[in-house]
Amino acid sequence: MTPRPGFVLEVDRSTPPILFWHGERFVLERLPEGSRVIYAPEPLSALDDPSAAIRHALRNPLGDRAPLPALLRPGMRLTICFDDVSLPLPPMQAPDVRQLVIEEVLDMAASAGVDDVVLIAALALHRRMTEAELRHALGDRIYEAFAPHGLLTQHDAEDPDNLVHLGTTDKGEDVEINKRAATSDLLVYVNINLVAMDGGHKSVATGLASYQSLRHHHNPRTMVHSRSFMDAPSSELHTSNWRMGRLIADSGVKIFQIETTLNTDTFPSQFGFLQRREWEWSLRDRATYMATAAALDRTPPRVARQVFHSIRAPHALVSVQAGEVEAVHAVTTANVWRQQGVEVRGQTDILTMGLPYISPYNVNSIMNPILVACLGLGYFFNLYRGMPLVREGGVVILHHPTPWEFHPGHHPSYIDFFEDVLSDTTDPVEIAKTYEESYATDPWYVHLYRTGHAYHGVHPFYMWYWCAHALDHLGRVIVVGGDPAAVRRMGFSPATSLDDALEMASDVVGRSPSLTHIHTPPLLLADVR
Amino acid sequence: MPIRAALAGKRFFVTGATGFLGTALVERILRTVPDAQVVVLVRPGRRASAAERASREILRNDCFDRLRGELADRFEAEITNRLTAVSGDVSRDGLGLDDEGRSLLASCDVVVHCAATVSFDAPLDQAVEINLLGPARVAQALAAARDDVARADVRRAEGVHMIAVSTAYVAGTHQGEAKEELLSESRFSLEVDWTAEVEAARRRRQDLEAESRRPAVLGTFAKGAREELGAAGDHLLAARAERLRDEWIKDRLVEAGTARAQSLGWPDAYPFTKALGERALIETASVPLTIVRPSIIESSLAEPVPGWIRGFRMAEPIIISFARGLLREFPGVPEGVVDVIPVDMVVAAILAVAAGPVPDEPSVYHVASGVANPLRYGRLVELIQDWFGRHPLYDDRGQPISLPDWSFPGRGRVQRQLQRATRAMDAAERLLTLLPVRGRQASLSASLEERNTLAKRALGYVELYGAYTETEARYRVDRLLGLWSTLEDADKDDFCFDPRVIDWDHYVHGIHLPSIVSHARVRTSPARSAVETRPARARRAILAPERHLAAFDLEHTLIASNVVDSYAWLASRHLPASKRPKLVAELMAQGPSLLALDRRDRGDFLRSFYRRYEGAPVAQLETDAWELFFGQLLPRSFPAGLARVRAHRRLGHRTLLITGALDFVIAPLRPLFDDIVCARMAQADGRFTGRLDELPPIGEARAQLLSDYAGAHGLSLAESVAYADSASDLAMLEAVGFPVAVNPESRLAAIARRRGWHVEHWEKAAGGAARLLPVGPLDVRQHATAPLREPV
Repeated sequence: MTPRPGFVLEVDRSTPPILFWHGERFVLERLPEGSRVIYAPEPLSALDDPSAAIRHALRNPLGDRAPLPALLRPGMRLTICFDDVSLPLPPMQAPDVRQLVIEEVLDMAASAGVDDVVLIAALALHRRMTEAELRHALGDRIYEAFAPHGLLTQHDAEDPDNLVHLGTTDKGEDVEINKRAATSDLLVYVNINLVAMDGGHKSVATGLASYQSLRHHHNPRTMVHSRSFMDAPSSELHTSNWRMGRLIADSGVKIFQIETTLNTDTFPSQFGFLQRREWEWSLRDRATYMATAAALDRTPPRVARQVFHSIRAPHALVSVQAGEVEAVHAVTTANVWRQQGVEVRGQTDILTMGLPYISPYNVNSIMNPILVACLGLGYFFNLYRGMPLVREGGVVILHHPTPWEFHPGHHPSYIDFFEDVLSDTTDPVEIAKTYEESYATDPWYVHLYRTGHAYHGVHPFYMWYWCAHALDHLGRVIVVGGDPAAVRRMGFSPATSLDDALEMASDVVGRSPSLTHIHTPPLLLADVR
Repeated sequence: MPIRAALAGKRFFVTGATGFLGTALVERILRTVPDAQVVVLVRPGRRASAAERASREILRNDCFDRLRGELADRFEAEITNRLTAVSGDVSRDGLGLDDEGRSLLASCDVVVHCAATVSFDAPLDQAVEINLLGPARVAQALAAARDDVARADVRRAEGVHMIAVSTAYVAGTHQGEAKEELLSESRFSLEVDWTAEVEAARRRRQDLEAESRRPAVLGTFAKGAREELGAAGDHLLAARAERLRDEWIKDRLVEAGTARAQSLGWPDAYPFTKALGERALIETASVPLTIVRPSIIESSLAEPVPGWIRGFRMAEPIIISFARGLLREFPGVPEGVVDVIPVDMVVAAILAVAAGPVPDEPSVYHVASGVANPLRYGRLVELIQDWFGRHPLYDDRGQPISLPDWSFPGRGRVQRQLQRATRAMDAAERLLTLLPVRGRQASLSASLEERNTLAKRALGYVELYGAYTETEARYRVDRLLGLWSTLEDADKDDFCFDPRVIDWDHYVHGIHLPSIVSHARVRTSPARSAVETRPARARRAILAPERHLAAFDLEHTLIASNVVDSYAWLASRHLPASKRPKLVAELMAQGPSLLALDRRDRGDFLRSFYRRYEGAPVAQLETDAWELFFGQLLPRSFPAGLARVRAHRRLGHRTLLITGALDFVIAPLRPLFDDIVCARMAQADGRFTGRLDELPPIGEARAQLLSDYAGAHGLSLAESVAYADSASDLAMLEAVGFPVAVNPESRLAAIARRRGWHVEHWEKAAGGAARLLPVGPLDVRQHATAPLREPV
């Protein structure tokens, strides 16, 4: 059956309640008549033989690149970099697409007699992956072949001995990236393009960069001018990365970019109801929804979190393209749009969204309040092309429990950021000016980032900058069901129910506002005209 | 002759000048008597000389604010000129005076002896030395000094006059009228051989000293110290046990004093020893003598300012306890007279006596209000209730405290009530110290302890002062009023001591209560004060740039974990799932005995526990320790604590971690601190021997270590901060100027509360510490071998 395209529903009297994510739970909310609900296109069909498709892509590169086998020769230095644990979401069922791609690359390298091969997880300032996570992404065979010999490494943005400064762009941006990657004869980058923001020059220029380099585009000014960062041509974030990427190419770093897109088959069949439109729920969907909701109500949040984080998505590969970065990424972006794009007419006064238990930065971890803000106001708010879904001065209503909880091992600087910085100010510009440097250079955070599994000290700042465009644009942010203290700390308003939230929103947008709901999963991209 | 003129240019010798009456007297002389000189006898302190004490304890009192204001720039010069402090002690024969002191004493015209131990619960021997023998010693020293000087032919005052301050209560509290006459002339007074009483008191002290050293008794002190401090270390326990011994002796001497006094008809040791003191004085004195007997001295009526008071005396704590709702009832007879006299009236009376003729025979004046202008107990209670009804105190939450109705019960009933309450609280407190609580719960038990202390104090008041609200004796003031009638009008204005002028309603409402409420540290408004809270102030002091060193304990101070957890984690790290339950069961079975050993002696515990690492491969454990840190320790850390360490470092303070944990376990923490002192295990052939290289840095060793460390780096411990969670770290906390109790267990919580130490409540990050049992994750591959011995 051909997957149906995206759809905008207008709520009328016959519309059933709409499903909202609420952290580790779901709720059904009845939306006011006349509200719009945006549904993503249905998952595209998977490629029949992913490995064959990958081989085909490697042998038939796009843009100004020779086929991969032709680039491989004995005695060369080959470095394969890959996206880290933040992609895809949730982690996909084995085999992971990175494993499939890298196995093909390694086969070709072996046939060509290449024996100096190093694998690098392109972490940027994310936490290092655990052994289990690396094994999951690469498969046991690759892990066992490389890790024990020290040939499977993770990018260390704080290791001065393994960074190289390639130059400064015409806008004065330092380009400093991983030395092994930059000094290899060939850098193969293996990407998973889950959302339109990923991939392209951002893979290397961000994924393998140092703080010195990242700070030029990871800052409030850039983020306010990225409208949205899901739409590369209108994104200052991408413009900067593209400048850096071109400088990297010009300085002689030879990159063979492999980009993949997945379909939006996000949850296993027992959560099938999540992906279906409510009025099309079968008896079985209704039954599993009620059983799941009832079970979750009786489950302690900690246990529910463990259950959810053990979910592996049945994501399937729908496209793979390889070759020169920009040529590849153009095709990739089109493929992402093919899966996620929905045309939406006009803006709304109120935008509602249910936020799930997971964001790119809390895989196998805790979704702390800063990540809640980042997922809602950073990611979901920016899922647009053209103009924001919500009008300037409008209201965003998030649905999430927002507990005042942090993972001390993964997010140590978040704890202090929430305690000391947000209690002082929530203005991204002020925060960047007053606090960023001391967090970015705090030796303890650097130590935890380099030796443990902690996000870099500056990472919570980036999460807050991700919200900068939304904070700049919106009149008010309301969090339904959120921990009031945590919500207020971020400068948002807590509401106990959606009705209360709508009542509070009326102070900003009047008595008869328009309302639009982003229905996730699956992920979607709104083309707002 | 007017008082000023009569006293002008005279030289006064005053004992007890650092006390309530003495301070007021010295101030009054210096302020009102032209050119008068004052010599004060002051006992040198442990660190301060007599002159320093005089300057700190007399001149800096707010009593002198008025004079300081009047003299302005001339104050220092004037005081230096007119006030001399000599070093001495009324409890020593000859007052412990040196030659210079003796000649100064001989040169004085008026000697006023105010020194006394006024507390009603002084140990008997101390009361005897000061109250009983003190006056006679002053008289004898005065006579001897004058004889010496007479031979040497230097300045000697003509006609010296000694005024001894006693108390109206020497006449006892029983029914009847007490006249202003020597005790020997009184019908009610018993003939008591004071020399025998002195002997008996001194012997009692010796007997108790001997008794307290009996092994069985010494054992109870050691036990008491251990109960209070836990495993704080031998030295601190010994010091505490010795203090308990001192207190034990003191308590028994207090009991002995009260018992002996009551057997002779006085309510307690104070009037008893003062009465015998008068007898001793009369029998041995060879100088002209006047005895002034005030009743209960309270805040001033007018001089130097209305309401001036020094120290908390008899009625004040009772009144404040009542206003705070701690004292529900106080015994007393509503018709009974509370004989109160403002301090400035007593001072004026003394000066009037001094200005008068030198008496040929010893004479007596009462300075009391009970006969001329009685304040009834019932009226006083009404006034107090009425005032606090309109000006209530507030509790911690800002609610006004409502006052109990006073039903004037008998003393026995109140005592029984209070005893029952304190017994119940004692039991609850003992139970709480036994529970392994820490942090806020422990603070709760500390606050229970505080309430208990307050209740015990209330009981003490009832036992001590009950007699004074039931007093039926009336102290006549005929001679005092006679003296009053001879005063010129100007003197009557300036040196008022006529008790009839006191308007009690005004005195209680307008002067006394406002004064004591402002002196007591109580909340008088519901609003949280705008000024910085105490914890905020303490935190600012701790994080002041001028601090030198911040020393941290690890377990439960920065991380909610201990050596057993770490061991269990490491031991289970490479253990297959099938063998884990056994390890856990084994450790849990040993739990109680491990805990008991830890409580008894932490050093022994660590040494014996660390044996378990015998034979473990060093390299493997060093690798696993990093995983232990990130998987187990960091999630159980207190983020605020880790932030505090870094805050100290940013301020340029040196930071030091002192822990009994093993070096390889805490290796991941190294970058957090400038230095780390920890336990180290010996190695042989790449394996641990299970034996420590040296004694682990625990207990009292930490104090020594801190002081060595500070010495080596040129830091001052007085300017340093220490953070710890348990009474076993007491030595370390005591060693520094800024001790901080972090999530204290109940013993340390109690100590911190008593000593006013800053307390921090640091919590684990919500979301951390997912694992219930401290066991390592299962190996992804199952063929690794366990580095530590498997459970047997």
